[in-house]
Amino acid sequence: MALKTAKMAEQLELFGCIQCGKCTGGCPVARKTTLNIRTLIYHMLVDSNMDVDAHKELWDCTSCFTCVERCPKDVQPAELIISLRGELVESGRIPETVGTALMGVFRQGNPSGLARQDRELWAEGMEESLARAKQAAQEGCDLLYFVGCIPSYDQRIQPVSRALLRTLEDAGLDVGTLGTQESCCGNEVRRMGEVGLFEMLAEENGELFRSVGARGVVTTSPHCFNTFKNEYGLDEMEVMHYTQLLADLIERGKLTFTKGVVPEGEEGKVVTYHDPCFLGKQNGVYDEPRAVLQAIPGLKLVEMDRNRERSLCCEGGGGRMWVEGTNLEERLAFQRVQEAAETGAEILAVACPFCLLTLEDAVKVQGLDEQLRVMDIMELVDLAWKADSEE
Amino acid sequence: MEPEPRIGVYICHCGVNIAATVDVEDVAEAAADLPGVVIARDYTYMCSDPGQELIKRDIREHGLNRVVVASCSPRMHEPTFRAAAQQGGVNPYQVEMANIREQCSWVHKNKEKGTDKAKLLVASAVAKAARLGALESREVDVIPGVLVIGGGVAGMTAALDVADAGIHAFLVEKDDHLGGRVADLNRTFPALDSASDLLQPLIERVQTHPHVTVLLNSEVSEVDGYVGNFQVRVSSLGDGETGEPKGESTGASALESIDVGSIVVATGYDVFNPDRKPEFGYSDYPNVITSLEMEDRLAEGDLTVDGRTPERVAFIQCVGSRDIQLGNPHCSRVCCMYTAKQSRLVREMLPDAEVTVFYIDVRTFGKGAEEFYDEARGKGVRYRRGNVSEIYRKRSAPARVVLVAEDTLLGQPIEFEADLVVLAVGMEPREDTSRISQLLKLPRSADGFFLEAHPKLRPVDTAMDGIFLAGCCQAPRDIPDTVAQAKAAASSALIPLIRGFVPVESATAVVDEELCAGCGMCVDVCPYDAPALDELWAVSRINPVLCKACGACAVTCPSKAIRLQHFTAEQVLAQVDALVE
Repeated sequence: MALKTAKMAEQLELFGCIQCGKCTGGCPVARKTTLNIRTLIYHMLVDSNMDVDAHKELWDCTSCFTCVERCPKDVQPAELIISLRGELVESGRIPETVGTALMGVFRQGNPSGLARQDRELWAEGMEESLARAKQAAQEGCDLLYFVGCIPSYDQRIQPVSRALLRTLEDAGLDVGTLGTQESCCGNEVRRMGEVGLFEMLAEENGELFRSVGARGVVTTSPHCFNTFKNEYGLDEMEVMHYTQLLADLIERGKLTFTKGVVPEGEEGKVVTYHDPCFLGKQNGVYDEPRAVLQAIPGLKLVEMDRNRERSLCCEGGGGRMWVEGTNLEERLAFQRVQEAAETGAEILAVACPFCLLTLEDAVKVQGLDEQLRVMDIMELVDLAWKADSEE
Repeated sequence: MEPEPRIGVYICHCGVNIAATVDVEDVAEAAADLPGVVIARDYTYMCSDPGQELIKRDIREHGLNRVVVASCSPRMHEPTFRAAAQQGGVNPYQVEMANIREQCSWVHKNKEKGTDKAKLLVASAVAKAARLGALESREVDVIPGVLVIGGGVAGMTAALDVADAGIHAFLVEKDDHLGGRVADLNRTFPALDSASDLLQPLIERVQTHPHVTVLLNSEVSEVDGYVGNFQVRVSSLGDGETGEPKGESTGASALESIDVGSIVVATGYDVFNPDRKPEFGYSDYPNVITSLEMEDRLAEGDLTVDGRTPERVAFIQCVGSRDIQLGNPHCSRVCCMYTAKQSRLVREMLPDAEVTVFYIDVRTFGKGAEEFYDEARGKGVRYRRGNVSEIYRKRSAPARVVLVAEDTLLGQPIEFEADLVVLAVGMEPREDTSRISQLLKLPRSADGFFLEAHPKLRPVDTAMDGIFLAGCCQAPRDIPDTVAQAKAAASSALIPLIRGFVPVESATAVVDEELCAGCGMCVDVCPYDAPALDELWAVSRINPVLCKACGACAVTCPSKAIRLQHFTAEQVLAQVDALVE
């Protein structure tokens, strides 16, 4: 499929590129696959046509947006990949697994294609809370909790969602949730190049949010957070990742921990924190997750060398949960868990469902499961809460 | 009583610029019938000598007392035609221009409509010309003295040139010593002269010159007045803990109020703080230093990191420059050359060390600069194209850092281990630029530096008459360029002082004191502090030297007591009437 380059180059304002190489230099997957975003831009600028089909490595991009962050000329290199994927989506020449994920979103509102009516299964065991929250959303509430697809359906993540809803209720917030009405946020859908489907989701979800009339929306996942904050145009609503909300509750004294995660007399646990790309690099949320960890007694936070702006991508974004990419052997998550283990930490804390899944898998494959446990910050909060509630 | 208007109208072809889209003969014919018009002509180039002669001859032969020229923008040639009219015997303020080029022929394609529009514009100018009064040209005396703000190479050079011309220079410096940023340097490109060898003689001359007063630990806190007559207040910042101020020898530390005729701004620049690029880990790793820190290291002859002599030294170009995301779109113009200098000095100091420069483009444009770059490569400095994206440290090799980059010529992402990394930090507008900008009413360009009056033709002038720019406060530059610009600024600052007077714009706003209620709204609205209230008579008076004829006071005045000469309500309304009739 030969793409005429001129129009797309103009739309994406690629002419600002000075070929400095900071994009490819900083690209975590460029080091392990043939993906080279700088040369892709160069081809767009100097060639009249591009054979998009030939670039299988387009599906390697995790849309971590390091290239966007580093570009001194404010070109948005990752947007070129998204647009080129869009060309492939348009002509139907996409990896089968991508097609299945998109179809799942279209039919059932989630990329796993699981039944819409099962979207509430995450709240198993706290049906009363769920009913209350759904009622609140119906009647109009202050805060809307957007659970997200993976946190709704994936058994590994469901406890995170439960702990979050319980914590919000506990803090006395007027929180509502949408139950089976909730559909995929579309963050990954857009990054897989399916713009039309993304726009449909944004319109439907956006309308739903507005009908609730909430002042703010809080998400489990940094991916949902990112698209709501930057791509939905929800100007009247405050969009928060849960770590921001918890950090705020802690600062205002509405959320406190006394006993912590370690029985009295025992030594504290060393924890290190992995910055998710969609929370850190793309939205500058670095301090709040750390503030939550530091508020929990018994945790001692240490940093990996690559932290904050230099955090290494776990390879879970940009649709990569549904497409393997061209190099399965050297996973970035393997490197990342080694870096975490090197700090001497016994807990690798994350704040993103994708990071949790990819890093936990890597810990097992790397044989580090004896020494390193991957946990969502929400799970640590939950442990501390349970300790305090055992009177 | 003004005599009856006798108007001459001149329609310019501007070659084909106007004539191709406007029927100039037709416009001239139509103009001939307008009230007051005695003669109307068209000519190929009105601004040419024969064109100007035509005007002068007509004034003599036809007794003209008004001239209307329909040609280009008045910004281009109004002074030309005013001068021609004056030579012919017509008051220069009784000349009016119709812009039928930029506002007509250049923006229209249809000749018929273009011609119609040109006729209207000419009729409008004629209507105004008929009502133009004569204004007198004026001038004011000047105070022979120059204020120089900033005691770096730019400020010292400017002060010395002024002083050598026999005019007194007041050099105000915030720091407790002279020398500015050059004092932080070791050796300079391209001749590898020692910076202190350049600086010391300059400082000595400044300190001993009978016509230079140095004010250290001081800043300009207030500026009043106008070109030729500035009143400046300088406040002391206290000599702090830094011991004896060197400027004391000039006996000037007690001075507080200075009167000068012109001002040279030479306030310099700030060095980019690499913590604003956290991906380089500048504050995390002792191996990563700035180029200024490297100057110190080279001066001390010590390049060790934690006691280890580096085997691999890397330089990263463009740190904080050419970066739109940081708000620094500009090239800092010195980093390529100082990196060539430093990398070459490292090769000489540590012949066994591998020295690599990561770059985007190498810009070596000064005299002897490309040759110097050739020499650096000749000494074995490796240049790799591709700017580093990130620096991190591997736990397995904690003494080194890893540069993450792409070698763009190979098209290959690389991880490059280095013992010492030098960040070629760029120049930024000083943090106090906005303070100085407000103090002197100096506009700034988009990059935040001070804005020159014209990028090519008036590079040291500013929008404010009598205030000039020297050195890096206008844009990043190297020492030779700074000295050249400082000398240019000094010469420009001397022009009004040596002439002894400054001409004053005559078309200013005037107050009719009979109508003025003394409300002071004109004082509030004027950006140039031209009107002031006379408390005794409770009326406003406008200082014609300060007035820039913007008209803000005239439209604000609720009593309609202020008249902007040359743009009176009667004149402007006549122009409008001619357009809509």
